[in-house]
This record gives sequence, C-alpha cells and structure tokens, in this order.
Amino acid sequence: MQDMMALVEPLIPSLRRYARSLLRDQAGADDLVQDCLERVISRWHQRRADGDARTWVFTILHNLALNRLKQKARRGPHIPVEDVSEALFATAPAQEDHLHHRAVLAALAKLPEDQRSVLLLVSVEDLSYAEAAAVLGVPVGTVMSRLSRARHRLAEIIEEGPGRSATTGATLRRVK
Amino acid sequence: MSRPISEDDLNAYIDNALPSARRLEVEAYLERNPDVAARYAGFGAQRDALRSALGPIAAEPVPPQLNLTHLVASRRRRDWGGWRAAAAACLLLLVGGASGWMLRGVGSEPRVGINALAQEASYAYAVFGPDRGRPVEIAAADSAALVRWVENRLSRQIAVPDLAAAGYQFMGGRVVATGNGPAGLLMYDDAKGGRIAILMRPMVQDQNAAMAEHREGDVFGYAWADNGMGYSLVGGSNNAGLLHPIADEARRQFRART
Repeated sequence: MQDMMALVEPLIPSLRRYARSLLRDQAGADDLVQDCLERVISRWHQRRADGDARTWVFTILHNLALNRLKQKARRGPHIPVEDVSEALFATAPAQEDHLHHRAVLAALAKLPEDQRSVLLLVSVEDLSYAEAAAVLGVPVGTVMSRLSRARHRLAEIIEEGPGRSATTGATLRRVK
Repeated sequence: MSRPISEDDLNAYIDNALPSARRLEVEAYLERNPDVAARYAGFGAQRDALRSALGPIAAEPVPPQLNLTHLVASRRRRDWGGWRAAAAACLLLLVGGASGWMLRGVGSEPRVGINALAQEASYAYAVFGPDRGRPVEIAAADSAALVRWVENRLSRQIAVPDLAAAGYQFMGGRVVATGNGPAGLLMYDDAKGGRIAILMRPMVQDQNAAMAEHREGDVFGYAWADNGMGYSLVGGSNNAGLLHPIADEARRQFRART
C-alpha cells in the first residue's frame, strides 16, 4: 500500500484535469476520479508489477470517462454550455487569460472524443505516444494519426471561430 | 542523406519527443519549408495554449473526497469492520510512536562532510527517484552534454560509471542544488524500472572517506570520498541489498577514470 500512496497520490491533480477536460463538468469529473481511485485501491494487487502505474491509472480513468460520456449521450443531448471555461473552472481566471484561453478551450470542446483524448494525454498530461496508446488501447500508429488530425482540426476550428474568438485568434501565434 | 521527414516527426518535434539528432534534421527541414514551419509553429502555440488554459485545474487543491489516505481508510473500514479497525488504529499509533523514536535527533544539528553528502543524496533520490515524468534533465543519449554541464558546475572532471553488468542502465542525469553547492546526479534503472542514483560533489570536509552505509527513511545508500570528490550511491528499499557491490563497482570505475 505504501508504494501505491507514493505512486498514485502525485497523479491526482492530473487525473482531475484529464477527467474535467473530457467531461466538462467539475462535480461529475471529481466523482469519476473518486471511482477511479477506489478501483485503483481495490485492484492494486492485480497490477502488473513491472507496468507503469501512471499508464495503468489513466487507463482506468479513461475507460470510466468513456462509459460516462456514453451514458450522457444516451440521456439525450446535454444543455450546451455557453462558456466552456466557466464549466471547467471553479473560479474565474484573470480577465486577459480568460480571453486568451477561451478560444482554444471552445475549440477543444468541438473535437471528436477520440481526438480530444489523444491531444490531452500527449500535449497536456505529457504521456509518451506509447503510454497514450496503452491508455487508449490502440496501436501507436493510431495515436500518431489521431494526434495529427486533432491538431489540424483544432487549428481549423480556431480559424473558422465564432465571432468572438476571431479576435483572440491572433494571440495564439507562437512567441519564442 | 537521412530518412525523409514525416508528419510523425513533425508532431514529435512539437511534443519534444525526438532524439536530438533527429531534432536537428527536423529543424533544418523546417528552415527550408517556411509554410510547414508556420503551420507547426501554430500547433506548438496550440499546445502551449492548452497547457496554460488547463494548468490551473491541476493547481487547484485536491478536494477531501479525493484524498487517497481517506479513501484507503474508508475501504478498510468497510472490509474489516469496527474492532479490527480499532486494532489497526492501535497498530498505527505504535508505528507512529516507533518512527518518532527512530527519527529522534534528526534535524537536531546540521550535518557536515560525508554525512551531509549522504543526506543530500537521499533527498535527491526521494525527489527524482519516483519521478515518472522527467527523472532526468538530460538523457543518456546526450551523455557528452550532461558531462560537460556537470563538469562546468562542479569545476571538476567527472565520469559516468557503466553499471550494466549489475543490471542497471544509465538513464541520464542533471545538476541538483544542495546546501553545499551544485552536485551532479546520475540516474540508472533496471529492467523492472527500479532506480538507483549517484550524487557527486566536491568536498570541503572529509576529502577522503571510506565507504559508509547510510539510510534516510526509505532511501538506502553508500557514501565515500576520494581526492576531494564525494559520492553517494542511493536506492530504494527494494534494491537495498544490491547497493553495496554496485557502489564498490562504481567507486572502482571512478578511481580508474578520474
């Protein structure tokens, strides 16, 4: 149990972020992480000792998130959220960050789920391509092609953007 | 000429996932292809924007319902029932008391010389040993750059021992801060991901010291000093029994190569 505390506890902030970015529902996402941690605790002894704990924990969370998204879809279309960042954050971010981030979060919300999860795991949670492939249960080649599609699609969505994000599009240019 | 640059290479470039040789090739390619460069710079900006937009979620305090210690405890309560939990509580009290007793004197006076070195190595291992994301700053593939970095900061010549015969592959390393200035930290892992590390820095006191065993919490190690340079080889409780012969081997190689 000691090794579980040491390996799993530092992952909790990332798990919350991944769940919330996928579900876009704060309370729902934390419930999901709680489910995930309970499974981790009860199945810890079944884990392959040579496997990477982070990949294993993310796999459990990802599968729970997929089930939850399917349930939501079955219950009919959810009420669209006006402002994605309001759905994501407990407290409102500073005004300028808010404008800057709103476009990219709104665009992220429009990506298909499979592209969104690849992009989040690789770009935000820093999983390697092989680790992301293990979490998603697909070959590494699939991870690479989904990642590429996700990046192109996200750029298109931001460029098309609704009126208000057109003004913030300019801030997304990389400044070295 | 090397392999043509693929879309996978370009994405890996954005994710900092390319070995440095390939990275240089991609950079050269991007210089020749400004259109592609502009598109991928945009993807890089996308990545940065996502990270900074979602970063604050991971910085929020973890709510009590997700406290792992609480979750483990409530599961135990369900599994064991009341009186056994009470027994567990007594046990925990005993463990707490015993650890308190074992830790007596810790922090009571500043350590010096080889003892300070041993403590620094244990702290460095406690931080970077379990780090799954970025245990090393410079990977083994760039050993030359790592050695240059450490030698510059320590103003001493160093060597990287080869511990493959003991089953440990060199992962890479970094410069770390200690109470006695910069130190070099070299990290190794075995086939099962078990890690050991070697911390080294110049010594003021204990310029030469025989090898001595040390332990700090769950971190075990062997420290020694030769010709003004101090070393400690550290590992976790799972490989504690193997550390002594490995430390001997590392010392033999340091002596032969510096």
